[in-house]
Amino acid sequence: MEEQNLHDELASIRNLMERSSKFISLSGLSGILAGIYALIGAVAAFLLLYYGSCSSPFIYANSTIALQDYNWSLIYELLIVAAAVLMASLATGLILAQRKAKRKNQPIWGEASKQLLFNMAVPLVAGGLLAVVMLLKGHIGFISSITLIFYGVALVSASNFTYKDVRYLGLLEILLGLFAAYVPGFGLYFWALGFGVLHIIYGSVVYFKYDR
Amino acid sequence: MKIPFEKLDKAFENRVRLQIMSVLVVNERYDFNSLKELLDVTDGNLASHLKGLEKEEYVKVNKTFLGRKPNTSYEATEKGKTAFKAHLDALEALIKQQRTN
Repeated sequence: MEEQNLHDELASIRNLMERSSKFISLSGLSGILAGIYALIGAVAAFLLLYYGSCSSPFIYANSTIALQDYNWSLIYELLIVAAAVLMASLATGLILAQRKAKRKNQPIWGEASKQLLFNMAVPLVAGGLLAVVMLLKGHIGFISSITLIFYGVALVSASNFTYKDVRYLGLLEILLGLFAAYVPGFGLYFWALGFGVLHIIYGSVVYFKYDR
Repeated sequence: MKIPFEKLDKAFENRVRLQIMSVLVVNERYDFNSLKELLDVTDGNLASHLKGLEKEEYVKVNKTFLGRKPNTSYEATEKGKTAFKAHLDALEALIKQQRTN
């Protein structure tokens, strides 16, 4: 066996080990775009809260308010903004991942992506349901903290199945979520920071490290 | 100096077998179709190499049903993992030796 052959053999093994167990088709660009959508959403939420048609804002410094004081039409508008940001981010992520997967010769729906999704879904569903419970119980001040923390946990647990950088993003989101719980009333700003700014930074790192 | 080719595992002489093994050591289990897609080989080719590895007791087959569809997945046995590691060590030793020669 020639030395070149041996090297090829080892390179192919290493490549397969990575390609089979890690979803390496996440696109950095989609992270940047998701961050931008989140910032746009945060601005929209800010306008709704302070200048909206149905604005009679809650007293934000209180992390818990009575249910009868809820301004439901405002809450629906905010939920629509959040859902729009989520949908746009997911769609962008999916389309760009599909493109990258084709280039990397990795199936978009394979073992690695299944593992990635399952490991993300468990904390996300738990956190999402907890956020709904908090909303229904009047603890609105903790919602941004809960979503940030559980999103961070989801990222950390998913990071075994993709780039290691996802783990650092997750840890930062958790840290931010804990801060948000400590200073209730600034949820929107923490959201903008966690889902907007951090995603843009993460996306740029992935883009420059793996995409070019 | 004599190059220790005999330390290379005969079961891994074929490239596809080595590739199958490298997938199975980093994943708890892998199903037939995903493996086929990943390695870009034909059904018959993959099946025969899996049979070969099975005969060496390097891989174990799990047949389950996903609803009505049969789903065949494979996992590496301890014996298989050890053999794979030894094979890699041998490859490494070969490279080192060729460097010093």
